[in-house]
Amino acid sequence: MNERELVVVGGGPAGMAAALAAGAAGVKDILLLERDQHLGGILNQCIHPGFGLHRFKEELTGPEYADRFVKQVAKTPSIEVSLRSFVVKLTSNMKISYLRPGALEEVQAKSVILATGCRERTREMIPIPGTRPSGIYPAGLAQKMINMEGWIPGKEAVIVGSGDIGLIMARRMALEGMKVKAVIEIQKQSRGLVRNVAQCLDDYGIPLYLSHKIVRIEGADRVEKVVVAAVDDAFCEKPGTRFELSCDTVLISVGLIPENELLEMAGARVDRKTNTPVAAEVNRTSIRGMFACGNACKVYDLVDSVTRDSEKAGQMAAQFLKEGK
Amino acid sequence: MSRKLICIECPQGCSLEVALEGNKVVSVTGNTCPRGDKYARSEIENPVRTFTSSVLAEELDIKMLPVRTSGPIPKAGLLPAMREVKKILVSAPVETGAVLAENFMGTGVNLVACRPAKKPDNR
Amino acid sequence: MYYNYELMPTIEKHDAIIVGAGVTGAAIARELSKYKLRVLLLEKEAEPAFGVSKSNSGIIHAGTQNHPDSLKGRLCVAGNKLIREISAELGVHFVEVGQLIVVFDETDVAELDRIKHEGEELGIKDMQIVRRDWLSLYEPNLGPEIAAALYVPSAGIISPYRLVYDLTENAVKNGVVLKTSHRVAGIRRLSGGPYRFEVEAAGSKYQTRFLINAAGLFADKVSAMVGVTDFKITPRKGEEYLLDKKREHIANHLVFPLPTPTSKGILIIKTSDGNPMIGPTARDTEDRNDLATTEEGLNEVLAGARRMMPSIERGDIIAYFAGLRPAAGKDFIIRHETTVPGFVNVAGIQSPGLTAAPAIATMVVGILHGNGLVLTPKKNFHSKREKTTHLFEIPLSKTRELIQKDPSYGDIVCRCEMVSAKEIREAIRRGARTMDGIKFRTRAQAGRCHGGFCTTRIMKIMQEELGMTVEEITKRGEGSELVREERRHE
Repeated sequence: MNERELVVVGGGPAGMAAALAAGAAGVKDILLLERDQHLGGILNQCIHPGFGLHRFKEELTGPEYADRFVKQVAKTPSIEVSLRSFVVKLTSNMKISYLRPGALEEVQAKSVILATGCRERTREMIPIPGTRPSGIYPAGLAQKMINMEGWIPGKEAVIVGSGDIGLIMARRMALEGMKVKAVIEIQKQSRGLVRNVAQCLDDYGIPLYLSHKIVRIEGADRVEKVVVAAVDDAFCEKPGTRFELSCDTVLISVGLIPENELLEMAGARVDRKTNTPVAAEVNRTSIRGMFACGNACKVYDLVDSVTRDSEKAGQMAAQFLKEGK
Repeated sequence: MSRKLICIECPQGCSLEVALEGNKVVSVTGNTCPRGDKYARSEIENPVRTFTSSVLAEELDIKMLPVRTSGPIPKAGLLPAMREVKKILVSAPVETGAVLAENFMGTGVNLVACRPAKKPDNR
Repeated sequence: MYYNYELMPTIEKHDAIIVGAGVTGAAIARELSKYKLRVLLLEKEAEPAFGVSKSNSGIIHAGTQNHPDSLKGRLCVAGNKLIREISAELGVHFVEVGQLIVVFDETDVAELDRIKHEGEELGIKDMQIVRRDWLSLYEPNLGPEIAAALYVPSAGIISPYRLVYDLTENAVKNGVVLKTSHRVAGIRRLSGGPYRFEVEAAGSKYQTRFLINAAGLFADKVSAMVGVTDFKITPRKGEEYLLDKKREHIANHLVFPLPTPTSKGILIIKTSDGNPMIGPTARDTEDRNDLATTEEGLNEVLAGARRMMPSIERGDIIAYFAGLRPAAGKDFIIRHETTVPGFVNVAGIQSPGLTAAPAIATMVVGILHGNGLVLTPKKNFHSKREKTTHLFEIPLSKTRELIQKDPSYGDIVCRCEMVSAKEIREAIRRGARTMDGIKFRTRAQAGRCHGGFCTTRIMKIMQEELGMTVEEITKRGEGSELVREERRHE
């Protein structure tokens, strides 16, 4: 079986930073597995600025931030990148199976860093009653459609949740000529950065309804409207406050869930509520030699923090390989 | 007269209070760094934003190329900028930072690529 | 007048036309395809199974809780046997998980006894009343207040829509013509000659000797087109809630409470795909298109499920949907209409319709034969269908072999359910034309992220395979498009 010193699962900003840090700390053999056709992870679709203010003291777009690391990885001989490579199995003794077009590969790793990022919370998980028409998207999917494919989802949108992705997409859709009718937030304040409320909503005259929730989605085949109501401190509907917003698109931006299904498969302990690794120290997992970093560890607001966190994980893996701890 | 603003220069998002006389800024308070002062003055007198979007590519390894202006442009120019970029089609490989349009729309800044785009077989 | 005969539309003529490609129509079509007949299967939606069948729970019932004289009872028991052969022939996964009807009170055991005897009259075998000692061993997550249960071994689970697709695919392979997006707009009775009906659908006309009405929620409307109006379909909505796949082993059997007069109650259902399901509710509705889920439905289902298995939590729910049962009174309506010779009504096929479908099919073919349809068996009937490959259910060693034959098995599109580009292309080649069609056939988009990561890739594969523009791609047929506009170079 093919033996590798370190295998990093995920080639987004977390995985790249971890691999680079491990390499800088002396690890000579690193396999970086990425399931997409390019490195960069979610940054590839985050075409807006706001990245790198801490790390590079510059304001970069997502792709520019990613590109700095992609270029560094390309220059690092100890890192081998395998694209379109999807890990299907991870065992507790760090045997990894991954699929890529034309091959099923098996690797025995001496140490593993999981940089598998997050997925979005969907309409089904909230849950929102009503019909099941087309036109309802997790905000990140809408972002991918618009920014990477040039597909405009609809004409009029309502955004559920004032997380950063929702706010960013409000602006993006407004710029693309869609009418963004409202952002609906169940909490008393916006979940996203205050500056995003300013430059994404205020700039475009998009109303933000705090302490409100969507009580129904309607539409037979495609979304036709949403029914909104004010909520009390217990998030229950206040009677007599319902109103309707006609729209053909609904974006859901109500939080991210760390992806740790591989970690669970390997038998490591994962917190059932937060879906994050349970361990004595951040970046460690309950399996010796297996580490986690980035959004898979904890959902970060800034990619600069992800980079810093992932470098620690890379150093930990290097130390483990040297000293066995 | 005074106006309240949220500074967008960095993720802190300081709440700024700007004292005005007519359209001129008299003083700025609430900022925790000089960038906030600069932002408040610019935002009142000549609001600017960094413009980002994506342009169509053909025969390259990505379908849409993310682009940005190399510096902020007047806020009122954002929608015209959106219309302008729709006319751009990138068909030759580019590197990050490549200039796609010099002095974009007469703003004095360039429109540049945010990532490389290569020929499909050249990964 | 001068007619240009080449330009005149020819009216297709058939021996039998079946209206509705749900599980009932599909099973009848497949059964008829064993004989030398020209058969047309018409479906109003964009794909088969998009009506009642897609909301089916996938339970293969043993036949309990049906009157021994009822069609439901007899056809369910017969269907339960037949489904095993058919699933093996068609390569669709059937698992006999068994069923438990639980009671909270010792006094209710008498009712379990009654159900047991009624079932034995129908021919259901090996049932037994079990108590806490058995339950603690074989169904440990049941709540401690449950006193006893009736264990019915012959119940099982199957994927309802995969069954429909596999039936229609096999029927088409054996010569049945399938036309989707063909809603029957009108039926004209003809006189003189062997063709007794002219059916109008999607702007074309089709003539047939026999007409079989398997139109689910709209069976009464189709029947009214030939003047038979003695039954009415009352849609009865059922909301179902899917739990996270992590809770796959919360139950080992299908868990039922005691039934009420109108429904079997809130169940805990093992599904063929692994995610447990809780529900359904049962509420009559007037609107045949009302598939909305409700807050009340969620609360009712959760309360009912937690009564039987207290460890089920609201946070376990990852998806939900509603279906409409085409209720038309107490029993199935399967009859040749003596006032309209050649017309067979197959209506009111609610639970246990899925289980009964193969037996309904043989019964209907018998009715047709008894009313003049000559059945000449085909010598070259292809009874077997090659099982669809799903990477998520085969061992990695088998995956390796597949990749060696076709590299695109290694190109993973849906990572939550491990579905390769090859499987998606296969689904399209087998008839998927919509995002839901791909989801039901492959499970891509049905996993944890609900299509968040794979949707764009699937849409691009659809464009490649079908030559569609992205604006034409729909969730489940016309009107449910996903993208309003694709940016094109100006």
